[in-house]
Amino acid sequence: MTAPAVEFRAVNKWFGSAHVLRAVSLTVARSERIVICGPSGSGKSTLIRCVNGLEPYQGGTVRVEGRDLTPARIPSVRRAVGMVFQHFNLFPHLTVLENCTLAPIHGRGIGRRAAEARARDELARLAIADLAARYPGQLSGGQQQRVAIARALCLDPAVMLFDEPTSALDPEMVQEVLDTMTDLAGRGMTMLCVTHEMGFARRVADRVVFMDEGQIVEAAPPEAFFDRPAHPRTRDFLARIL
Amino acid sequence: MTRVRETLLPPAPPPRRTGGPAGWLRTNLFSGPGNTLTTLVILAGLALLLPPVFRFLVTDAVWSGNSGEACRPEVAGRAVGACWAFVGAKINYLVYGSYPAAERWRPNLFFGLVALGTAWMLWLDAPRRGLGAVFVFLVGPLLSYGLLSGTAVLGLAPVATSLWGGILVTLVVSLVGIVASLPLGILLALGRRSELPVLRYACIGFIEFWRGVPLITVLFMANVMLPLFLPGDLTVDRLVRPLVGIALFASAYMAEVVRGGLQAVPEGQGRAALALGLTRWQAMRLVVLPQALKVVVPGIVNTLIGLFKDTTLVSIVGIADFIRVLEAARADPRWSAPTIPATAYAFAALFYLAVCFSMARYAAFIERRLAAGERGRA
Ligand SMILES: Nc1ncnc2c1ncn2[C@@H]1O[C@H](COP(=O)(O)OP(=O)(O)OP(=O)(O)O)[C@@H](O)[C@H]1O
Ligand SMILES: [Mg+2]
Repeated sequence: MTAPAVEFRAVNKWFGSAHVLRAVSLTVARSERIVICGPSGSGKSTLIRCVNGLEPYQGGTVRVEGRDLTPARIPSVRRAVGMVFQHFNLFPHLTVLENCTLAPIHGRGIGRRAAEARARDELARLAIADLAARYPGQLSGGQQQRVAIARALCLDPAVMLFDEPTSALDPEMVQEVLDTMTDLAGRGMTMLCVTHEMGFARRVADRVVFMDEGQIVEAAPPEAFFDRPAHPRTRDFLARIL
Repeated sequence: MTRVRETLLPPAPPPRRTGGPAGWLRTNLFSGPGNTLTTLVILAGLALLLPPVFRFLVTDAVWSGNSGEACRPEVAGRAVGACWAFVGAKINYLVYGSYPAAERWRPNLFFGLVALGTAWMLWLDAPRRGLGAVFVFLVGPLLSYGLLSGTAVLGLAPVATSLWGGILVTLVVSLVGIVASLPLGILLALGRRSELPVLRYACIGFIEFWRGVPLITVLFMANVMLPLFLPGDLTVDRLVRPLVGIALFASAYMAEVVRGGLQAVPEGQGRAALALGLTRWQAMRLVVLPQALKVVVPGIVNTLIGLFKDTTLVSIVGIADFIRVLEAARADPRWSAPTIPATAYAFAALFYLAVCFSMARYAAFIERRLAAGERGRA
């Protein structure tokens, strides 16, 4: 049996004295799509940042494709995990193409030619090939976020993490990014998405995870989660956002 | 009640501005009693100030002559302004100091190298700027040192630094300050943000020490104390001592400027670079630092302008920089005339003004260019 894509086992994390992840356990199978939601400050960002070692944690284990997240393994895990941020975090001093080739060239040692060809492929697949020569400042928010997704895909990740990828976007641009993500899900990518786009969760997610106060309160397939939420906090939360 | 527009408006041309020079004058200079008064006061000031300056520098100036005689009013038979003949006669001394006349091609070649390196760095679209940086920060300095002080390898006769002088020395001191302080300042700024407490406190201590001590003190200390710290048989060149002092002093200031730039780069940039599998050092070098340095170009240039003017202080520890050779030149009895001192200082002022103003203009150009790059950002 192959190891799960991502596995949290009793992960604990503190910021100073604030206990922001409390014994979180979650197993994400390969090709599984997880949507994580929950009130602000509940630890969603912190949780997914633990997957690629952006946040250290103080107890428990995180495994990515069976590999323990020890400091020595963090580089190899980061190569297997792509991440997309709320504020895109494109590099403003580089063109779209350079954004997409920076890590392949400098982190992976791939030749410039091969990296550029690959980047153009990814951009074309996301229907933004014509933006390659632009700078991020010259793009709309939706375009920037799609470039950020292409940039992550250029590294052939096995797992993609999304931290509220649409919440900094104007409403009319949300859909283009969600379509891109849906497309990605269709290709069998393992995805952990922090998002409050419940339509997307219903259509795409295999499981929806609800977090509150650093804990996973409820995790269920979308139909059960939305139609028969079990925990009162989940019901509360859903009542507020739907 | 609802209203619905039946026809959409086509775009209309913008309203005409109140045209012509008269309109411009009215809106910009004489719009209201307060502004009119300000304009008049400033115009009056300029009218009082500019004609005498122009008369001194140009109309009454003496442009040729072989000695101070030519610049004496009783000899010239008219009012005498700046004695440019003096500057012309002394120009070689002002540029090279006592550098042997037969070897002056060496400083000239050095000036050429400086021009090449400057152009390579300042022209942002120049080819192979990475190579240019290696030239400016590594090859150039070594080559210049060999060239100016002489090396057996190149078959160049040695020229003691005590013979160097004038603009040559001013340029050497400033360039050493600039070329050393940029990389050192960046390293110190990075060290100050390091997670290793030892490194961090060492950098903070270093920066605060050099910022807390006046440059004059640094120069005197370099002059008298550096030899004390070194083993007895090792002597440090008299020119190198202040150079070390200035380089370290400037690095501390540069470090603080760069640190400001590092703080201006959003945290997410470094995080995104790490998430892409880059190492911390790569994230810094490829993503954070380029953005940080762009932000602080004006601050860096400001620091460099200050550094350039501060180099005049090395004359205090006996280095024959531009100001000092100018002083020596104007003491020449052959060239004694009433306006010689004023001429000398006017020349120095124009020289420093020209260099600093160019630097400031360049910084403004970069700022405009960066602002254009930012425009249209979502
Ligand atoms: N760098 C930090 N230092 C201290 N506390 C932090 C830090 N980052 C997050 N926290 C705290 O940890 C808790 C969880 O934060 P996290 O960003 O994971 O929440 P979130 O669920 O992503 O919220 P949001 O929906 O607002 O993004 C919050 O209480 C937050 O204040
Ligand atoms: Mg968050």
